[in-house]
Amino acid sequence: MKVLVTVKRVIDYNVKVRVKADHSDVDLANVKMAMNPFCEIAVEAAIRLKEAGIATEVVAVSVGSASCQEQLRTALALGADRAIQIDTPDNPESLEVAKLLAALIQAEQPSLVITGKQAIDTDNNQTGQMLAALLDWPQATFASAISLSGEQLEVTREVDGGLQTLSLSLPALVTTDLRLNEPRYASLPNIMKAKKKPLEVKTPAELGVSLKAHTRLIKVEAPAERQAGIKVDSVEALVDKLRNQARVI
Amino acid sequence: MSDYKHPYRDALFVLNELVDFDKLCAEHGFADANLELVSAIFDEAGKLGSEVLAPLNRVGDTQGVSLTEKGVQETAGFAEAYHQFQESGWPSLTAPEAFGGQNLPNVVGTAVNEIWHSANLSFALCPMLTQGAIESILHHGSDALKEAYLSRLVSGEWTGTMNLTEPDAGSDLAAVKTRAVPNGDHYLITGQKIFITWGDHQMTDNIIHLVLARLPDAPFGVKGISLFIVPKFLPDGSRNDAQCVSLEHKLGIHGSPTCVMSFGDKGGAIGYLVGEAHKGLAYMFTMMNHARQGVGLQGLSIAERSYQQALQYAKDRLQGTNKDGSRYPIIKFPDIRRMLMVMKSATEAMRALALVSAAEIDRAHGSEGEAAQTHQNRVELLTPIVKGWLTELAQEITYLGTQIHGGMGFIEETGSAQHYRDARILTIYEGTTGIQALDLVGRKTLVNKGEHLASLLEEIGQTLSALEASGQFPVQAKALRASLADGQAARQLLLDKSAEDAALAGSISVNYMMLFGYLCGGWLMSQAALKAQALLEANSGDPAFLNAKLTTSRFYAEHLLTRTGSLLAVIQAGSASILALPEDQF
Repeated sequence: MKVLVTVKRVIDYNVKVRVKADHSDVDLANVKMAMNPFCEIAVEAAIRLKEAGIATEVVAVSVGSASCQEQLRTALALGADRAIQIDTPDNPESLEVAKLLAALIQAEQPSLVITGKQAIDTDNNQTGQMLAALLDWPQATFASAISLSGEQLEVTREVDGGLQTLSLSLPALVTTDLRLNEPRYASLPNIMKAKKKPLEVKTPAELGVSLKAHTRLIKVEAPAERQAGIKVDSVEALVDKLRNQARVI
Repeated sequence: MSDYKHPYRDALFVLNELVDFDKLCAEHGFADANLELVSAIFDEAGKLGSEVLAPLNRVGDTQGVSLTEKGVQETAGFAEAYHQFQESGWPSLTAPEAFGGQNLPNVVGTAVNEIWHSANLSFALCPMLTQGAIESILHHGSDALKEAYLSRLVSGEWTGTMNLTEPDAGSDLAAVKTRAVPNGDHYLITGQKIFITWGDHQMTDNIIHLVLARLPDAPFGVKGISLFIVPKFLPDGSRNDAQCVSLEHKLGIHGSPTCVMSFGDKGGAIGYLVGEAHKGLAYMFTMMNHARQGVGLQGLSIAERSYQQALQYAKDRLQGTNKDGSRYPIIKFPDIRRMLMVMKSATEAMRALALVSAAEIDRAHGSEGEAAQTHQNRVELLTPIVKGWLTELAQEITYLGTQIHGGMGFIEETGSAQHYRDARILTIYEGTTGIQALDLVGRKTLVNKGEHLASLLEEIGQTLSALEASGQFPVQAKALRASLADGQAARQLLLDKSAEDAALAGSISVNYMMLFGYLCGGWLMSQAALKAQALLEANSGDPAFLNAKLTTSRFYAEHLLTRTGSLLAVIQAGSASILALPEDQF
């Protein structure tokens, strides 16, 4: 079975995010970029399926400018077999990404698509769901466990009340949550081999998709600085503050 | 507690701008390597260093190691980290492909080793010593020995040690007493070795000791020493007669077991001769440049770690009060800034010299004929400077790291004191500063009549001309001009006066070595400024990083490069007052 996994280039989670002086966007100039941590989990899940003999091929896909090839190389170093960059300007919006991926998936015909549940830059948490809807595939979001029995994919989901287990028929789409796995470090020999694995570039035109903006970014502001906390001297005082000041109980 | 982040931007800048890395790869047989690949390697090595090795640094310091019934027990967590390190293939980075290596240039190995040593100096010593064992067997071992040991050392499945020192044979290895007696197809080794780094541990199934010993018919002195492989476990799986009998209690690097090794307590440890008899010390010398540059690199690594921690503290520690009553961090105080700038500029100069010197090893190996000799001469010349100057400077940098912390720096929990203590070994092992300096004045200057140094000074002169021609760096140009003249004067003085004063070379040697260290640092920081300026003008690269490089280069010129003036003054004072007091006056 072929598994397609998506990879997004985002600001490295270690970097302290700064807002541009004119508030037009986050300042990404010369900032260290990395693979979105939820995508790392998705890649790891796909590779484990391959190592378990379930997946026969793992294809990593990223949407963005040529710079995202760096993250595709990382996916290849981690164990993906080949990579496809869909060449667009940086930061395409979720629906556009979903449309491009849907078109690619029609051509690639994978049995399973694994995406991160969200990207840590804009935290939209919607591409996977949109993609499943466009494909009219079953979807299981926020996965914390995946297993395959026959043609049925069993996915454990993390939901507010606890865990929910779904059974999906393939082809299907899964988005990963934090606890699905702990991604490995790429090994040196695999970093070397990644250079020689195929990386293909496709344009939206080749996929028959024309990009269109549906949303407009108006303003980006840094979150308000957290105020220092205070110590209360009794449980009563705490309850009083929660009730009358914070108004949460 | 301190976090470590690999300064990949500076490392890539040095590789690209000062080492000319892609050209080196293209010209010297590393077709598979380029800067893009190195960047990917830095990413993954940096992650492993920050996330796995660095958090164990303090654990190693506080828990240390212990000697148990089954041998040396390393710090808890080190074995898991080692397996992750090994399974990721890092020990194989520079080894030849024939033995499972990745055949990457030495300069890449050096740049990546900076990460391991910064993250956890004690841990990183283990693969560093294994590297020494690999080199010994690779260059001098028979095909059978290579077959038996190399692949598993390269893969990191086994680790290696270097057993040279004995209680009476430290800097003077000619005094080695350990004996080797022929016994069929092998030898029986008997004797005691001390200061054996990672001489025993439980992280791997086997440990391969390389041991210097004397054969029964060996000539007296340096020409009578042979090199042997003594595995902890023999090919048939039985335990060899070689063990750690005690562990040293040390000032620093507590996570690295320093063993007293006893060979032959039960009749003789089985050993296999490496190469020819009586050539052991010569073999050691062939690896010396690599090993000494490796320790110099540790000086850079510990300085970088200390700098990162001090910088974080300086940003966080609130000790000034504004008029409105709000407080500000100590980084706003000029003297804290001075200390941080000394640390930053010294560290960047050290990195530049470490990588440029490491690349010379690649160029020497990858060239033919005269070109190979020219590069080899440069390697020989720079090695004692890299070892001596980088490790001496690391003392000052880790001292400043603690100083910036004030009283908190003196408290062990802060972690800064560990870097200060860990750094202290670096000027001692693999040839003390005194030994490096003697090497520089003797074999590296006097023996070739100062020619190799003259060619380096000529190259520095070319950088000076470029600085002057650009007209944009009057501060650096003035400092480099003066410092270059200091270097020329020191060289001339040594060449002119050492014949008439036998004590001169030994008296001036350390100051001479330090002078050339600062000068080499100034040379490369000047080149860095020229390259950064060119990139800025071409609108290429990160302007914040490049502008910081210009400022750091200027600071180095003003605060560190000018030190060569006082070093020259001391050198000119010669040996007189050093030796004037008769011995019985001490």
